[in-house]
Amino acid sequence: MIRRRLLDSASAQVMRVLACAVVGLALALVCGLYLKARPVLATQSLAELVFTSAWRPLKGHFGFLPFIAGTVAVTSLAMLLAVPLSILSALYLSEYASTRLRDCIKPVIDLLAAIPSVIFGIWGVITIVPAVKQLGHCCGHPGTGYSLLAGGIVLAVMVFPLIISVSMDVLAGVPREAREAALALGATRWETTRYVVIKRAAPGVIAAIVLAFSRACGETMAVLMVAGNVARVPHSLFDPVHPLPALIANNYGEMMSIPRYDAALMFAALLLLVIVTVFNASAQLVLHRAVRRWQ
Amino acid sequence: MSRARRVTERAMIVLMQLALACVAGCALLIVGTVLVRGLPALSWEMLTHLPRGGFYLGKSGGILNAIVGSLLLAGCATAAAAVVSLPVAFALQREYVPRTAARIVTIALDILWGTPSIVYGAFGFMLMMLLGVGASLLGGIIALTLLMLPIMVRAMSEVIATAPRDLKETAYALGATRFETMRHVLLRQTLPGLVTAVLLAFGRGIGDAAAVLFTAGYSDRIPRTLTDPAASLPLAIFFQLGTPIAAVQQRAYASACVLLLIVLAVSLLARVLAARARRFTIR
Repeated sequence: MIRRRLLDSASAQVMRVLACAVVGLALALVCGLYLKARPVLATQSLAELVFTSAWRPLKGHFGFLPFIAGTVAVTSLAMLLAVPLSILSALYLSEYASTRLRDCIKPVIDLLAAIPSVIFGIWGVITIVPAVKQLGHCCGHPGTGYSLLAGGIVLAVMVFPLIISVSMDVLAGVPREAREAALALGATRWETTRYVVIKRAAPGVIAAIVLAFSRACGETMAVLMVAGNVARVPHSLFDPVHPLPALIANNYGEMMSIPRYDAALMFAALLLLVIVTVFNASAQLVLHRAVRRWQ
Repeated sequence: MSRARRVTERAMIVLMQLALACVAGCALLIVGTVLVRGLPALSWEMLTHLPRGGFYLGKSGGILNAIVGSLLLAGCATAAAAVVSLPVAFALQREYVPRTAARIVTIALDILWGTPSIVYGAFGFMLMMLLGVGASLLGGIIALTLLMLPIMVRAMSEVIATAPRDLKETAYALGATRFETMRHVLLRQTLPGLVTAVLLAFGRGIGDAAAVLFTAGYSDRIPRTLTDPAASLPLAIFFQLGTPIAAVQQRAYASACVLLLIVLAVSLLARVLAARARRFTIR
């Protein structure tokens, strides 16, 4: 009996320690990046770093505005494209589709979720970039096709599965009785969906969108491969952009040879982490609450 | 029913079907494009040879270094992440930690889950500088383990939460300790889900380029020790696509094909194993 008890309490201790270690890891991530970014924070104020656009590593001046603008532009464009398509798909799958269709489509969406980002990138280079180039020529914006628009399209396809699967979970949580009551009152199916289902599921669906936004912000490889990577604030859809993750990925090679460059890149990582975490944490909070309320 | 309402109903259905067709079409288009471009370029030599001299100029050789490197990186990282994730996922139950503590851990996990892989790459690079290790297999494994950990814990704890409560209570009522209940009852009951979680994380890890970019380096040889740099498939694709030589770009497509097939095989395997093992669980 003593052996059994010992084993039980020892295993419990180990598990608790590991669970604490996870919290420690999250703290270490933020603190570590902050410590490494301090040299650049010491020479330039936060506002100067975030709101100026001069990027001169050799002179030790770092302005992150083009990169932040690039991230915001490409992510917003992706959400603009992805949100209507994903929400409509999720609604169709959860409110209209037969079980058979749902069983057919679910693996396809899981497949999309499983595809690595490099593959999205290579698809973007093969298919999207030439198409955008053509479109640019038609619209009077001659360019290479490596642009904000190409990045936005590829990123939109990448977040489809996330929005669809989270929204479907949320929609499944809307009680059946609510739908039946609306239908019994003579509402059409779309009216039921529009005024009852969406209304009840709204917080969760918004959380799904915010979650996808934060996921899209941090996406590196696919965007890096199609977005053109020119450090300027973009003015049209056909301008190249250089988002924050691409900045980190593109410059790691030189970062040890120029003073304070590594600190600047670590600051970029910290900035990215903070942006993503703010969105992510608020979405998770809503989702936890939404799911709890309906269970 | 008025005509306007009927028209709206029809129009919305068509709109939703179009949206769904677009999403599903994109998935099939991506897989189709990569397979159509990659399969013709794929050869036995590519799969079984290391890069030879002039490989990056279009001469002979293969991507065995990247295939083995990727499998090593993702395999070791999956093993390491599983060893940590399993206890953490079980610890989130009510028997082990109070609710407030469980919430704090969950919030930390949510943050880690959302952290972009490039940030893990940068953080892993920082850790390596601290430990005095260069770009190596070990560094890549550390970064990938960090990346996989929250994915695995989240999937595992969801599976554990769905295990019937009665099952646990029955075990406790029979006098089993928490450890025995976990080991002999819960673990069996949740095994299919746990395996799926591990395979899911493996698939995510093997396809991730941003985390290994700084940490694992790249090498034309197969790593012999943990401190050797290791090539990986995503980076092989990225580097090969970046060259202006058409023959090398063809190889990028072929490498993408290999990566895609590995990822699809893993997710299919996860599905099959889960379906098979589900027969032995209690509902």
